[in-house]
Amino acid sequence: MTSRRQLFPVAGMALAGASVILLAGCGSDAPAPAVKPASREVGSAGTLTVYSGQHQQTVGALVQDFQQRTGIEVHVRSGDEADLANQLLEEGSSTPADVFFAENPPSLGVLDEKRLLAAITPSTLALVPKAASSPTGHWVGVSARAAALVYNTDAPAARDLPTSVLDLEKPQLKGRLGVAPSETDFQPVVTRVIAARGHDGAVAWASALKDNAKVYDSNESLITAVNRGEVAMGMVDHYYWYRMRDEVGAGNVHSALRYFSPADPGGMVDVSGAAVLASSQHRAQAQQFVAYLVSRPAQQIVATSESWEYPLLPGVQDMRLPANAGVADPVVDLGDGREALDLLQQVGLL
Amino acid sequence: MLARATLTGGRAAARPAAAAAPRRPAPRALTLGVVAIAAVLLLPVLGVVVQAVSVGPRRAAHLLSLPLVPELLRNTVTLTAAVTASCAAIGVGAAWLVERTDLPLRPLLAVLLVLPLAVPEFVAGSGWVSLMPRVQGFGGAWLVMTFSLYPWVYLPVAAALRRSDPALDDVARSLGAGPLRRFLRVTLPSVRTAMLGGTLVVGLYLLAEYGTFAVLRFRTFATAIFTQYTLGFDAASASLLTLVLCLMGVLLLGGEYALGGRTRHPGARAARTATRVRLGRATPAALLAMAALVVLSLGVPVGSIAYWMIRGSSTTLPSGSVVGATVESLLLGAGAAAVATALALPVAVLSLRHPSPLSNTLERSAYLVRALPGVAVGLTVVSVAVHHLRPLYQSTALLEAGYVVLFFPLGLVAVRAALARVPAELEDTARSLGESWFGALRRVTVPLLLPGLAAAAALVSLSATTELTATLLLRPTGVETLATQFWLYTSNLAYGAAAPYAAVMVLTSAVPVFLLTRMGLARS
Repeated sequence: MTSRRQLFPVAGMALAGASVILLAGCGSDAPAPAVKPASREVGSAGTLTVYSGQHQQTVGALVQDFQQRTGIEVHVRSGDEADLANQLLEEGSSTPADVFFAENPPSLGVLDEKRLLAAITPSTLALVPKAASSPTGHWVGVSARAAALVYNTDAPAARDLPTSVLDLEKPQLKGRLGVAPSETDFQPVVTRVIAARGHDGAVAWASALKDNAKVYDSNESLITAVNRGEVAMGMVDHYYWYRMRDEVGAGNVHSALRYFSPADPGGMVDVSGAAVLASSQHRAQAQQFVAYLVSRPAQQIVATSESWEYPLLPGVQDMRLPANAGVADPVVDLGDGREALDLLQQVGLL
Repeated sequence: MLARATLTGGRAAARPAAAAAPRRPAPRALTLGVVAIAAVLLLPVLGVVVQAVSVGPRRAAHLLSLPLVPELLRNTVTLTAAVTASCAAIGVGAAWLVERTDLPLRPLLAVLLVLPLAVPEFVAGSGWVSLMPRVQGFGGAWLVMTFSLYPWVYLPVAAALRRSDPALDDVARSLGAGPLRRFLRVTLPSVRTAMLGGTLVVGLYLLAEYGTFAVLRFRTFATAIFTQYTLGFDAASASLLTLVLCLMGVLLLGGEYALGGRTRHPGARAARTATRVRLGRATPAALLAMAALVVLSLGVPVGSIAYWMIRGSSTTLPSGSVVGATVESLLLGAGAAAVATALALPVAVLSLRHPSPLSNTLERSAYLVRALPGVAVGLTVVSVAVHHLRPLYQSTALLEAGYVVLFFPLGLVAVRAALARVPAELEDTARSLGESWFGALRRVTVPLLLPGLAAAAALVSLSATTELTATLLLRPTGVETLATQFWLYTSNLAYGAAAPYAAVMVLTSAVPVFLLTRMGLARS
């Protein structure tokens, strides 16, 4: 093969180059601060594995604080909550996970249906509003988010905004509205519209929504599109707006939030919850971790974090966020959301 | 799923002499080994079938008759057709300009035109959207996918042009055929196999991709599968829909075969360089077109990474975690590359040296996994490992195994292309001198194959280093790669913090890509 002789020096050089990069990487990696604190006590009281679909930095801060307080070493598996829920379903009782920290009730509900979750210690459940946790007592609410209408402040529509989520079906919104129906927080709103309007009314509402709206794949894309004026308004959870503001800088924000009234199907507060896996070999430590998540120090971390969710422990407030009465009385018992999912598929939004 | 595929060689440039020579029957150990390899590679497909069967006919009919399904199918088919066609046109056109004309800056272009392979598609997608929000829908998906994927056609076609004998072209010229006629009647047929191989890889990638299209606001059939996973938590329904993708994958594989992707045409090495076509007054236009191609395919994603590193408020620099994730990604990629390449060798040997319906089927079946969404592959591996290979679950070894299953086809394509150029007569001679088949393989074939094996390893490592979906499911808890960190930050809108991970992904991938182009350029 004629090319071989020339190839080898090149391949050799490339390999040498790669090794240098690797070695340099290892070299500079060593002195870098490790994720886990070097304190000897961490791990002395056992270890825990947490599957987390939550905001990575906030969970990192919570875990570090918990480790220092208890000496329990925590391994965090961060991912998309739906991926993690599907993974837990595949793993069944063989899962290495002790705790699942989710983003929305449906992913916890589906695991509960399969009897994969253990009962949460009553004293933990008692710390947060009763409505913020699972009716079965198998997961506890940790933080909350409010559904809101985000609108572009430069658009002429900014003055006559819809006052109810039901108004989103009005024909004058055609082409000005954005939705992200594949996001897990869209289904609960649909479930509430079904409750308010009945099935047929909800079908009519969803069909009109399909005609009016541009469909986005995620709340992140939707809020970015509203902020730059691609669509005039859209439905998102409040924290997306704050996270976007953090990233683009206040000077580049061309949008604002408007909350629906708590009585409106769109005026809902949803929670992020945590659960202990029934198959956990470290039940006591897992319960300890979940109890910690709703304790005052943890809720203070939530209240000052970049995740911008509302803490649920009474008495702890995120002073940066507007007060929201719904936080004291969130809506989590919305079933498994199957009817909403079927309805969205029926009208072709999904 | 980040697809990576074809290679320096075009696939079926098997020598007619080799095909015509009376072949020895395949050694039983080789056949059994390849059957075992194929069985492991088909596990995800089997997993999908088993899950899908549990759905039942009524639910299946309901799922397939949902109102959005026809639109999604149409989107998948039209996008696959459009992107493979444009990739073929751009790939062949660019390869012809670089290999057969007197275009200036050819050596530089030969590298720049392959470098988009170093940019993971999801990084390219985010890049286009953040710089040019209007790039979305069908047009956006077509544009972004074409500019990310055309190198998979360019690479094998350029290699085939470099190898092919210029004599035919000279004869056509002496008979008075103009450049266009010669291109259509001589050049194009000579690169058809390479071109089809490249478009097959592109097509299979498009069937299974989800994340990049989501960013571009274009919904394909994979969307319906993801809806079942993420909103329904219904792996069975998702698997049923995945079977539809499998079927489309089989059609693509069959189509490529029918169109002559396996034609054995003379793959004679060029004894001399082809006379280059003088572009003359067309030179500036051609150069401009190539510059535009480089800017669109490379400039936009790289520019957007730079933009976010400067503009984004969040930052992860300087950070030990970037270094840690880089080391993790590179080690994982290297491991997967070594194993996938080693396994590709026996499959290539069996299919090329001992062609039979069995060996052809085994070889073809290895490509099918590319039509499955990464989440389907990942969850099947999770299911098998957690219940039957518990000690391996969430180990680095299992993640590597996942990469091997996902990217084996890319390695196989490269090894086959290289093996097709090693004369079988050399092995026959070794055997007639008393070597066993294994001895002949080890002492004659493998040494001649080394550049092809290196190319295969480069392609696999390139893909494994930037894989996201299966990595999230299979990695050991606590292990973060460049791709998972990029994803975790972008999903929190922290583009500034995500950008360094994208930058390192592109930089580290550039090493194997550069290696690929050097292999291609090496001449006697």
